[in-house]
Amino acid sequence: MQVEKVLLSDEAADWLRRLTAMHGPLMFHQSGGCCDGSSPMCYPDGEFRTGSADVHLGDLVVDGLERPIGFWMSANQYEYWKHTQLTVDVVKGRGSGFSVEAPEGIRFLIRSRLFTDQESESLGLL
Amino acid sequence: MTIFSAPGQDGSPVTYKSRYEHYIGGEWVQPAKGQYFENPSPVTGENFTEIARGTADDVERALDAAHGAAPAWGRTSPAERANILNKIADRVEANLELLAVAESWDNGKAVRETLGADMPLVIDHFRYFAGALRAQEGSVSVIDDDTIAYHFHEPLGVVAQIIPWNFPILMATWKLAPALAAGNTVVLKPAEQTPASIHVFMELIEDLLPPGVLNIVNGFGVEAGKPLASSNRVAKVAFTGETTTGRLIMQYASENIIPVTLELGGKSPNVFFADVASSKDDFYDKALEGFTMFALNQGEVCTCPSRALIQASIYDDFLGDATARTKAIKLGNPLDTETMMGAQASNDQYEKILAYIDIGQAEGAKVLTGGARAELDGELAGGYYIQPTIFEGDNKMRIFQEEIFGPVVSVTKFDDYADAMKIANDTLYGLGAGVWSRDINTAYRAGREIQAGRVWTNSYHTYPAHAAFGGYKNSGIGRENHKMMLDHYQQTKNLLVSYSTQRAGFF
Repeated sequence: MQVEKVLLSDEAADWLRRLTAMHGPLMFHQSGGCCDGSSPMCYPDGEFRTGSADVHLGDLVVDGLERPIGFWMSANQYEYWKHTQLTVDVVKGRGSGFSVEAPEGIRFLIRSRLFTDQESESLGLL
Repeated sequence: MTIFSAPGQDGSPVTYKSRYEHYIGGEWVQPAKGQYFENPSPVTGENFTEIARGTADDVERALDAAHGAAPAWGRTSPAERANILNKIADRVEANLELLAVAESWDNGKAVRETLGADMPLVIDHFRYFAGALRAQEGSVSVIDDDTIAYHFHEPLGVVAQIIPWNFPILMATWKLAPALAAGNTVVLKPAEQTPASIHVFMELIEDLLPPGVLNIVNGFGVEAGKPLASSNRVAKVAFTGETTTGRLIMQYASENIIPVTLELGGKSPNVFFADVASSKDDFYDKALEGFTMFALNQGEVCTCPSRALIQASIYDDFLGDATARTKAIKLGNPLDTETMMGAQASNDQYEKILAYIDIGQAEGAKVLTGGARAELDGELAGGYYIQPTIFEGDNKMRIFQEEIFGPVVSVTKFDDYADAMKIANDTLYGLGAGVWSRDINTAYRAGREIQAGRVWTNSYHTYPAHAAFGGYKNSGIGRENHKMMLDHYQQTKNLLVSYSTQRAGFF
């Protein structure tokens, strides 16, 4: 069973097509901490340097885009998040660090659901 | 009881302009690209002003002004700079109500907090750093009979400051007061969620500062914050926010080999030992208030006591009393001085909190009170209100591990001291903590053992200027407040002077 750790809502995919046209290929890094913490930050691909302290949760495939969009998170944060499946969604909003969507009046938002036992097993989490 | 009129209405102490520009080089300057963005009040959800939408060109212009002013400002005498800071404090004091209402309207917070905490702290921080600067001294080290090391404090030059939206004027003050006292000039970017009140503050004080000493560039992070934080023309970046942006700012700083101060939030434990309930006296009442402090500023505080740890032997009774105290919170019009909790600062914040309430329930946490949006009537219907919420659950749950930044506390129990410390320190963060006990030994040991930069002991959520504030672990780098902040905005110049007329003897 193939279980995705991170998914996209249709509206988020639509925005990612538009934002890619404006900024080029994109990436996500999931934030933590205060203020706009817990928000997924969207940057031009490579703008944020990932390293050994990060986990690559997946590549988001968006119809119409040549390259999938990598989704990353700090490894220590992932330890507390790994039992949940994440969906990148969009709400109306304003700002959040240097994430590229803020000037468009929207904000990417993570929605979460618990993996089932079967999914957890196939992900090696049990 | 007072209910202030909304800004601009009859009887209101403040009127917002319909538009705010950048403040650069002592002038109000239109954005290079001529664009503006709408700014809604979270109280109603309605737009009330528009703000210049800054870009890299505006940042460069502000940096030009700051660099132009830096040499002369850095050479002003400490007495002169301290006098200016004191005058800023006086000006804020004389306009306290005006600024308090402006802040409440921009941010959504209850005006009784801006009247009683935010603005008095702004005043106190400027006065504190005026005094700290006057008392600051360099040092003289005697190396040997003929050799002396003199240590001077010199300003860094031009510094960048990126301000969060939870205390727009107070957080700007935390960064501005020490930076200006230390002799730096500043380019400041307000949060795009709360960009308006800082301009009311700036208009009040602009005649007090020489042109170019304090410059404000508005705009979005990606368009204005990034060119500022990544500029090779700033000597330091100070940022309050979250971890991913904190890392990105460190990445830019590493390219320019400059220091950063980062305050990145927490998941602060508030620990209640059993002896708290040994008597139902004033102290017990104070501890219940300490629990309820999670709702201060709608929970939008980096040190929000968002994890309550209660000893098992008093758990049911204490939590019952704390829940009753929480249910007594008066949520409503932020401009009513009786209101205890106002609106969340923005729609995206509001949605994020609701998403966390969902995940908390999905993970099996039990809602003891709240757990939903608050529906208010009339013009408040479009605002961003959430019921104060108590979850009961386990420290491994995501609502115990992530800063929700809303009026949500996650409660669990502990068996003994060791268990309390284990749970308190089982977090990525270490910004704030609370310890409640009548036993000084327990309180002291717990305070030392919790890995956090600020451990309130038998109190919570006080922010005096003379107490250092900052994070352990993922909560950031550096400190704010306290006279040590002068050092954070200064370089050390060492003159190593020989008074000997004899050669060293090597050549």
